[in-house]
Parts: sequence; C-alpha cells; structure tokens
Amino acid sequence: MDRNAVEIRNLTKKFGDFTAVDNISFNVRKGEIFGFLGANGAGKTTAMRILCGLSLPTAGEGTVAGYDINTQQEKIKRHIGYMSQKFSLYPDLTVRENIRLFGGIYGLRDRQIREKTDALLGMLEMQSEKDRFAGSLPLGWKQKLAFSIAMIHDPEIIFLDEPTGGVDPETRRRFWEMIYDASEKGTTVFVTTHYMDEAEYCDRVSVMVDGRIAALDSPERLKSAYGADNMDEVFRIIVR
Amino acid sequence: MKEFTASVVKEFRHIFRDRRTILIAMVMPVVQIILFGFAVSTEVNDVRVAVCGDLADPAVRNLVDRIDNNRYLSVSGSLSSPSEITGVFRRNEADVAVCFGRNFGENLAPSGRAQVRIIGDGSDPNTAQMITGYLKGVIQSEQTDAEVAFAGEGERKASMAPVVQLMYNPAMKSSYNFVPGVMGLILMLICTMMTSVSIVREKETGTLELLLVSPVKPLWIILSKMIPYLVLSAVNFATILLLSHYVMEVPINGSLLLLCFAALVFVVTSLALGLLISVISPNQRTALLICGMGLTMPTMIFSGIIFPCESMPEVLQWFSDIIPAKWFIIIVKKVMIQGTGLVSAAKEMTILAGMAALLLAVSIKSFRTRLQ
Repeated sequence: MDRNAVEIRNLTKKFGDFTAVDNISFNVRKGEIFGFLGANGAGKTTAMRILCGLSLPTAGEGTVAGYDINTQQEKIKRHIGYMSQKFSLYPDLTVRENIRLFGGIYGLRDRQIREKTDALLGMLEMQSEKDRFAGSLPLGWKQKLAFSIAMIHDPEIIFLDEPTGGVDPETRRRFWEMIYDASEKGTTVFVTTHYMDEAEYCDRVSVMVDGRIAALDSPERLKSAYGADNMDEVFRIIVR
Repeated sequence: MKEFTASVVKEFRHIFRDRRTILIAMVMPVVQIILFGFAVSTEVNDVRVAVCGDLADPAVRNLVDRIDNNRYLSVSGSLSSPSEITGVFRRNEADVAVCFGRNFGENLAPSGRAQVRIIGDGSDPNTAQMITGYLKGVIQSEQTDAEVAFAGEGERKASMAPVVQLMYNPAMKSSYNFVPGVMGLILMLICTMMTSVSIVREKETGTLELLLVSPVKPLWIILSKMIPYLVLSAVNFATILLLSHYVMEVPINGSLLLLCFAALVFVVTSLALGLLISVISPNQRTALLICGMGLTMPTMIFSGIIFPCESMPEVLQWFSDIIPAKWFIIIVKKVMIQGTGLVSAAKEMTILAGMAALLLAVSIKSFRTRLQ
C-alpha cells in the first residue's frame, strides 16, 4: 500500500478574523520523520491540532492515516499517538499506573497491557522504578517513558509536540535514537521543535511563517538552496 | 467501556493521592457538622430570665415556676420595676425579661385578659428572636393549662399573650437549621468546586489535551471525572445524615428515599455547574474564586446557617432564588424536619430539576464548542 501517512490540501483555519492557518498543502510519506518548524504563533499548533482530530478546519481537506480530517476524527485518534513535552504523564500516578491508564484509554486488553508494561519497562530498563511516581523521575526518563506510552497502541503516526524541551543535548540525542527506532519500524514521525540541530535529524522539514508553509524540503536541499551552513541559518533567512 | 473504566480509575487515584483533596472531601463534612453543632450553637440554651411582677400573685408564681422548671430556661432574678431591665441587659445578667401586668391573677381569672410582656435583648437579634419565640411557647402552654382549668365555666377564657405556636422545632434547635445548610454546602463544594478544579487543573497542565487526543469521547472523559465525585458526595451525604441523626439528634421525619432523590438531583445540578465553571475558567485560581464567591458564600448566607432568609432585603431574596442550594435546602428542611411528602415539596423539586436540566444542557454544549 503506497499511500502517504498525511495528505493535506488547502487547509485553512480561522478564529474570527484571524487566520491561523492559511491555505497550506503538504504530504508526509509513510515512515518518514517530518519536521514541522515555525516561530511561536506561526500556526504550527493549530495545524497539528487539526491533524490530531482535536479541531476542525475552516476549509480544506485531507487525510491522516487514511482517515478524513473533516469526518473521521475518532478513527484518526485511534491510529495516531501524541506526545507533548509540556506534559505527557500524570505526576501523581506511578510509572505502572500511567502505562495502565493509557493502555486502557487506547482500548488495549488487560493481557495486552500487562505484556506491554513488561516489555516497555524492560526496554527502558525501568523495572525497579515501576512503582515510583512519574513526577519524581528525571526529565530524560519522563520523556522516554512518555514517548513509549504514546506508542503503546502501535500507532501509524506519532505526533511529537516539542518533545525535547529543556533537556541537555546528550539526553536529546538519546531521545532521537528512540525516534529513529520507531521510524525504522515503519512508524511515521511528525515532530515540531525549536531546536535546529534536531531539524537536521529529520528526513524532511517544513517551515511555517504566518500561517503559510514558506519552505518544505530535506535539510540538505534547504541548506544548499539558501546557501546556509546549518538549519539554524536556513530558519533565520526564511523567517526574516 | 474499557476506556471509560480506565479513566474513572485514574480519577479515583488522583483523589486518593492528594492529601488536601481527601481532607476536604472526607474530614470537612464531619468537622462542619461538629463545629456548627457544638461551637457555633445558636440554640436556646441556659437562657436567663429576669422576672418583673407581683410574685405574691399565685398565677404569676405558677408561670415563673414553669419557666424555671423548663430545661432551657432559668429564672435569674426578679426586678421591682420594668425600668431596671435595661440595666440588667447591659450588665449581661439576663437574656430576656418577662413582665407581668398589674393584678395579673385577678385579670386572668374573671376576664381572661391578663397582660404579660416578653422583652428580649435585641442586641443579638437572632438569639433574641429565638428566645422570645421559645418563651411565647412556654407561656402558651401555661395558657392551655389555664383553659383546661376554666373548662366548664362557660365563656371564660384565659388569655395572656398573643398565641404563637412553634411547630417542628420547639426548642429552636439550631441543628435543625444548619444540617440542611451544611448538607447543601458540602455537596456543592464536593461536586462543583472539586470537579471544576480537577478539570481546570488538567487544562492547565496540558494533560486534558492528552485525553482528548485519545479515542475516548470527550463526553466520556467528563463523565469519568464526575463519577468519583458523585461517589464521594454519596459518602458525604450518608456521613452527614448519620452524624446529624445520631449525634445531633435531628429527626428524619419524611421519606429517606425522597431525601436521597433530592440529593441526587442537587448533585447533578452541582456537577453541571462545576463543568460550566471549568469551561469558563482559564486557571484553577479563577475556578476556586468563582466557586468561593459565587457559590459557597451565597450558599452560606442563604442557607439560613447565619442569617434567616426572611430578614433579607427583597433584592437579595430574588438573588437567592437563582442559587440551586437554596432550593435543595428548602426541600431538605421540608422532607427531613417537617416530614412532608413529594407533593408539598413539588415546587422546589421542579425548580431544582429544571435548573439541573438547564445547567447540564448549557455546560455540555459550551464544553463541546470549546473543543472546536
């Protein structure tokens, strides 16, 4: 099956007179790591909310994981994962309870949840931490756990909303190893970020400015097109 | 359904993990009942009565004895003239004075027109009102006895004071007043405040997004948040009922089933209100403020715990009409204390049910639009 994971045509979202997303179109290929860049207020979050089935577009159409963004929001939700740096775990629940909760709300069976819990704790080497409150974990662990939990139902696409805010480069690098692993297993990764070194890790990158997509290509081609040494420069040239 | 239970379990965990929440939910009702029951007692107790009149008169003596023998009253002294009353009140030597008219006994026997005045210490109007009311009752019973004594003597009737009969709460027990009030307050606090705060908290931390992006339907997420508080309020309702019945000795005169039904309707109203507040509040502080100023305080004021509603300015009385707790409290008073059935509480019940339906519709609708 050779469809794109995300296909968006002429997507527009208005809040009253304000146009947050202005007629954007793009595709995300299956298994690709797609970087979604833009300054604060450029419309990233609004666009992402529509793709996640949290919000309806004012105009335009598209599919996510093969389901219509206008009519099949519930189906979309079932087939995507979502993780945000802001907070993706409940701090007053233990590691195991967090896993249980998300397994539960994504409709996994009890047996599946038990298996997933063991597999996940083993993979993260967190067996001895399973009864610790999630709030007391170091930030790096929280992010890995949150990512694994967002993947608990084996989604086709995972949306990462600034997943690595506030951590050191080393932790960030290790987090990206997890992202690569997921991508190699065929999961499409849709990631927004502030860090331009992370943009380099993506297969393709789009840059949003004032509700429009100002550029969309692989980091290498963007760099050569704008005559820049790194993505940071590319971003500055485009946003300016 | 599986998804739903998972989120209900989560909500229960949140509640039991947070000491403050548990404290508010489980301890506060008990503390309030005990506090209002013993510390903030406004009931007529150990009332000191100053007597002014001709104690040589047997009819006067009869009545004074009756007052003195009453378990709530005691005669603290006798005055030679009504002009001494002011001084006695000022020195706090008596709470109320009873003045017998001249030739009290003589007037009582032949004409049935004996004069007796009750003078309360108006500096504490609530207490004074209760005391004078209670004294009237005592005098009334003396009058009844006198009538029995005169029976068979034709037209002769004993009359001493305006006939005031205090039904339901002869001792003006304040617990009769505050138990329904506390009930309304607690249920409102648990259902409205705690639900709205718990929803707004998830909005603040961003975890609500996480739930919304999951396949669980938004309405179910909200329901799963409400269920633990519904259970909590059922526990609280039972606690208050048991405490007030066995410790405060407040009777449950009417149907317990009807009482429970009224509580359920009120809880639904409160939950809907909580949802509505959570939709319009951007953060926990706002939600708390709206609940505190907009709900808890008016409930305190209009529940009759502190002030009798009847003595309020008319405008405030109209305002009190839009507060759901007021209607619930009236129903509880009617059913629990007066022992009336559904028919006589039908008006209040209809209003409360109407409020529940309206608030539920509005809050769910606004929650839905908020999501778009």
